[in-house]
Amino acid sequence: MSELEKPLRAELTVEYPFTRTTGTVIGAFMTGLREKRLFGIKRSDGSVLVPPLEYDPVSSEPLTEMIEVSQSGVVETWTWIDPPRPQSPWDDPHALALIRLDGSDTSMLHAVLVGSPSEMRTGMRVTAQWKEERVGHIADLEGFIQETEEIDS
Amino acid sequence: MSKSNSFRDVAVVSVASHQTKILSEVNEVQLMADLISKCRNSAGVTQEEIGFTCSGSSDFLAGQAFSFVHTLDSVGAFPPICESHVEMDGAFALYEAWVKLQIGEVDTALVYSYGKPSAGSIIDVLATQLDPYYVSPLWPDCFSLAALQARLLLDKGLITLEKMAEISMRSQKNGSDNPNAVRSSKDVLFENLMNEPPIVDPLRASDISEIADGGCAVILAAGDKAKSFCERPAWIKGIDHRVDSHTLGVRDLTRSPSAFLAAEKAGRNTDRLDLAEIHGMTSAQELILEKEFDLNEETMVNLSGGSLASDTMMASGLIRISEVASRIISGQADRGLAHATSGPCLQQNLVCILEGE
Amino acid sequence: MADPNFPPASLSQEVEIPESISGLEPVRSVRSPIRLLYDFVPSPPVQEYLRAYSKKKILGHRSPIDGAVFVPPRGVDPRHGVLIEESVELSDKGHVGNFCVTHLPIPGRDDLETPYVSAWIHLDGASVGFLGLVAGCENDEVHIGMRVQAVWKEEEELGNTAENILYWKPTGEPAVPIEKAGNRAWDQTNE
Repeated sequence: MSELEKPLRAELTVEYPFTRTTGTVIGAFMTGLREKRLFGIKRSDGSVLVPPLEYDPVSSEPLTEMIEVSQSGVVETWTWIDPPRPQSPWDDPHALALIRLDGSDTSMLHAVLVGSPSEMRTGMRVTAQWKEERVGHIADLEGFIQETEEIDS
Repeated sequence: MSKSNSFRDVAVVSVASHQTKILSEVNEVQLMADLISKCRNSAGVTQEEIGFTCSGSSDFLAGQAFSFVHTLDSVGAFPPICESHVEMDGAFALYEAWVKLQIGEVDTALVYSYGKPSAGSIIDVLATQLDPYYVSPLWPDCFSLAALQARLLLDKGLITLEKMAEISMRSQKNGSDNPNAVRSSKDVLFENLMNEPPIVDPLRASDISEIADGGCAVILAAGDKAKSFCERPAWIKGIDHRVDSHTLGVRDLTRSPSAFLAAEKAGRNTDRLDLAEIHGMTSAQELILEKEFDLNEETMVNLSGGSLASDTMMASGLIRISEVASRIISGQADRGLAHATSGPCLQQNLVCILEGE
Repeated sequence: MADPNFPPASLSQEVEIPESISGLEPVRSVRSPIRLLYDFVPSPPVQEYLRAYSKKKILGHRSPIDGAVFVPPRGVDPRHGVLIEESVELSDKGHVGNFCVTHLPIPGRDDLETPYVSAWIHLDGASVGFLGLVAGCENDEVHIGMRVQAVWKEEEELGNTAENILYWKPTGEPAVPIEKAGNRAWDQTNE
């Protein structure tokens, strides 16, 4: 092969449509998202797991008692995403955070919609912002916004 | 696992590895044909004599189903061989081979692993291993998740940006002696590292592992067979792996209990450690591991530069084992700890303790 | 702590669905598509093979161990795990080593009319076969040992792609005897 020739290359796309059945617990959480509500599930020690799982991650017991939790909570940790990944629900740079909602003992991963990393602070309070059209998907949540801002409901 | 007489003595007797930023002159098959031959030749064993072959690789990394079957061409798998594969780092393939040797069916094993992350988008590939309902549809990349972990450590005062820079500096300096290191520098300056802006807040470029293509091959042998292949085999005194919950929100990300437990079960505490090769994707993760493994000044950490110098998905863990083993075989060290990780934020961890006679 | 010997009870009746959504149509599934992009750069032997292929030349690799010829070339002898450096040019004639008649269409391949014959094509001089389409005759005329020849695309349509050969058509020459056809010839040295 001549050194002057550039190597041949081809774009290869691996694509899967995937529709996943949710089961009862995750299904209920997704139904909640569609209805602009957030649910968790109680563990045997009384603590609340958000998002809910079918079995306790430590004891493996089946979990059955779902309860509603607050739409607001605290940022436990965060980072800045710029640029957003092509398949993520976001087009603009945003914070990615672990957020512990009031009423929950565990944190969930989602975006905090601010303009720059200087607006982010561990411990800041945020509240859910919902999409206009919701189908029962984690992206029904547009993200979370600073609690002092006007809530878009 | 204690130093029990019921376990067969199994050792690493020969290793070969290669890492480079982008593998362009050869493909994975040609790379591994070369490494596997080197590894077998240096032990003086033919493929016919090898009892079991086990490899680790990821089809998602290659973008091809059953991609590892292509790589069997590099082993010379005819007449048919006894073979297995794990869709994981080669360190876990080594664990499977070790188990096979413990059962007593075979006395020798060939373990290899490789990855060519340059062909695809590894940070998107890794997002597909996360919770499919709650996390994966958000496509969080592995470095962002590691950044969440780093920030928690910083906020709680468990680490500092200075300590992270010290780890990066250690990696770059040590890596300058390693032909496999993609990022290394004898003269790296602490101030320069501290002045780097964060690229995945709070992680700076130097805090994040340097992605590389490459592969690794290792030969294991039991008892007297090991002694016939190698003057000073690196005996596996303990090997164990554990996994934490996959749910990020229930874990204390400032710790890795599975790493701690794996080290304990592998027998980390039975004697001092001359060296340790730990597999962390960031400087912050190396600090977590140093704590979980209780490493102090008497242990030289990541003489190879670690994965901060060169990180080949699927092979980095096996390469950590090979780095410890080769230094024991050559007589540079007597006892070392090798570690491999898998999953986000040090979720799953394997620890292997190796010792020379 | 749950008894590990006791399987967990079925959840569908037991989970307490919150009242606020209990009367509503539940979500039963979520769509979570995945799309991964790769930049595939073939190894140098395959690069060489594809460029030659665009000029209607078929290259194989000859093993340094025993002269076995592998096509398409991959840079190693898979039986021994040994690197191959030597290329050889093969003719575009060979025989059918094995075949099957496929009646099910492949999604995305509307150009392939069913039923069609997929065959293992063993080129003259090659030790192994590769997949090819056999056409230019009735499907039930295809047989093991049938001599075939490549039908290439028009000059201006050729590219660095396996698609250069449209299909393999029978030459009408006497068939290769079954004992010498396809992989049965594996142990025999190449004439």
